Amino acid sequence: MTTAATDLPPPEPSRPVVLWRRFRRNRAALLGLFLFTLVVGMALTAGLIEPNDPLRRAGVPLTAPFANWDTPLGTDQLGRDILAMLFYGARISLLVGVVATLISIGIGIVIGALSGYFGGWVDDVLMRITEAFQTIPSFVLLLTLVAILGSKIEWIALAIGIVSWTAPARMVRAEFMALRNREFVDAARNLGVSNTAMIFKEIMPNAIPPIIVYASVVMALSILLESALAFLALGDPNYASWGNMIGQGRAVLRTAWYCAAIPGIAIVLTVLSFSLLGEGLNDALNPRQKK
Amino acid sequence: MPLPIPPILSYALRRLFQAVPVVILIMIGTFLLLKLAPGDTVDALVGDMGGADAAFIERLRIEYGLDQPVWVQLWRYMSKLAMFDFGWSFVYEQPVSRILMDRLGTTLLLMATSLSVAFTIGIFLGAIAARRAYSTTDNLISTLGLIFYATPSFFLSLMMILLFSVKLGWLPVGGIKTITGFYTGWDHVVDVARHLIMPTAALSLIYLSFYLRLMRASVLEVAELDYVRTARAKGAGESRLMVHHIMRNALLPVVTLLGLQFSTVLGGSVVVETIFTLPGLGQLAYQSVIQRDMNTLMGIIFLCSIIVVVVNFLTDLLYARLDSRIKLT
Repeated sequence: MTTAATDLPPPEPSRPVVLWRRFRRNRAALLGLFLFTLVVGMALTAGLIEPNDPLRRAGVPLTAPFANWDTPLGTDQLGRDILAMLFYGARISLLVGVVATLISIGIGIVIGALSGYFGGWVDDVLMRITEAFQTIPSFVLLLTLVAILGSKIEWIALAIGIVSWTAPARMVRAEFMALRNREFVDAARNLGVSNTAMIFKEIMPNAIPPIIVYASVVMALSILLESALAFLALGDPNYASWGNMIGQGRAVLRTAWYCAAIPGIAIVLTVLSFSLLGEGLNDALNPRQKK
Repeated sequence: MPLPIPPILSYALRRLFQAVPVVILIMIGTFLLLKLAPGDTVDALVGDMGGADAAFIERLRIEYGLDQPVWVQLWRYMSKLAMFDFGWSFVYEQPVSRILMDRLGTTLLLMATSLSVAFTIGIFLGAIAARRAYSTTDNLISTLGLIFYATPSFFLSLMMILLFSVKLGWLPVGGIKTITGFYTGWDHVVDVARHLIMPTAALSLIYLSFYLRLMRASVLEVAELDYVRTARAKGAGESRLMVHHIMRNALLPVVTLLGLQFSTVLGGSVVVETIFTLPGLGQLAYQSVIQRDMNTLMGIIFLCSIIVVVVNFLTDLLYARLDSRIKLT
């Protein structure tokens, strides 16, 4: 006995399913996802590893890794547990990374959208400002901002956001310039859609996929910038940070190189995870781009 | 009768007119930003002296013009800057211009070595990866590129110091030359080169990864174009095709990136120069921030902006030479 239902084509898979299928074809992207999950896991379980203060003295200073199971990855010159600081450092890296990325992409979207949508003198003025920010070496500006605002973790995230919005802004501008003369925009304009609605409801959704991909690049960059600041002892001294651990490890590099090497590897793997995730997202969101 | 102006000169003048407002914008922005900072030069000075009475502090403020409204101070600073007068550094007790000139050479040398290394190796590896696209070689090169990008320069620096200076004793830990060496002539060149190996490697690796990726994508794109197929049909060998036909066009976007990224590389020199105690602008920038030496910091930002503007201009010229379709207008 047959039923008519068997003649129907199988239902279209939902969009997230399609994206996931495309994403998982890229094995490097899966590695990125794994590393990303690992780092997020570290950040979430930091409280289990060390419920009190990761910056307290936990053992004999400069214990080598695997020598004492109370401090599995050893201790630094102040006797602080490297494993605990590593887990808490993941929190700071991700926190600063996410906040800075939101700020950077937020500014980038506003400037890029206004510039690309309106063109003319608005574009001229905003692009001069963008050029100014691109001309001044961003790390020097970052140092200056941190010197002025202070080393609190919120200010550091804000400062990183302020120095990294130019590339997203240029990208959003290019997307808007390409889209603003398309037919659907003309159609919407003839229907009397306002400029605000046009920017956010009509054009913006089309620009979202490249923005998401770019966010992973900014995220990787923000983590690198935060760690560089912390390395130079300009980070927030109240929190364990990978960059700061490396900076402190520099003093004992000759005798206890693991103090600098362990957090360094953590930074490399975290930044790598965001780069790989970004590539995977790019393949999944813009499948036609790949040859 | 007006002389005909060569196109390159009129182009340079036009670019100058575009660059001036950008640099002025940067300087006004930085000036106002630094005015927001808690404490001024006098506070820093008095702090160094271990305190002073109020009347003396007041007199210092008047002497340095710090009693004036901010816009008067800004106007004074900008009009001096227009004459390339950067003011006085109270930390170094020297005119800022002299400090900058002392430091400029080292930074330019480091920029030159790092960018040449990154560019040469980057386009070379990128071209190889593209020729063998999706092979094991390509995967290996591309993975290396991603790892290079993810490695912070300060971490790489420390690990290199550990290996090449501490363990093997091959390379000096820091400085631009051996202080007790008093080398001259060729020995001096070799000495400086030995000091530059690790800083150059640390600074170039991350940019190498950018050029590599872009070059790979660019070669893949150009190799698909019709003129390359025509050349191949006419019997050009693969290596000749690569060198004479593909390279030149594939280099265009990489050259653009080189110019665009110059300011980022200058920023990166802060960390590398600080670690390797190279007496350049990057190390100076870090020290001025720590010591609140505002005039020196402003001078560095001004000088760096000018360098970036000049480099971007030179990149455009190079671009026009590489691609005759591009006209300088």
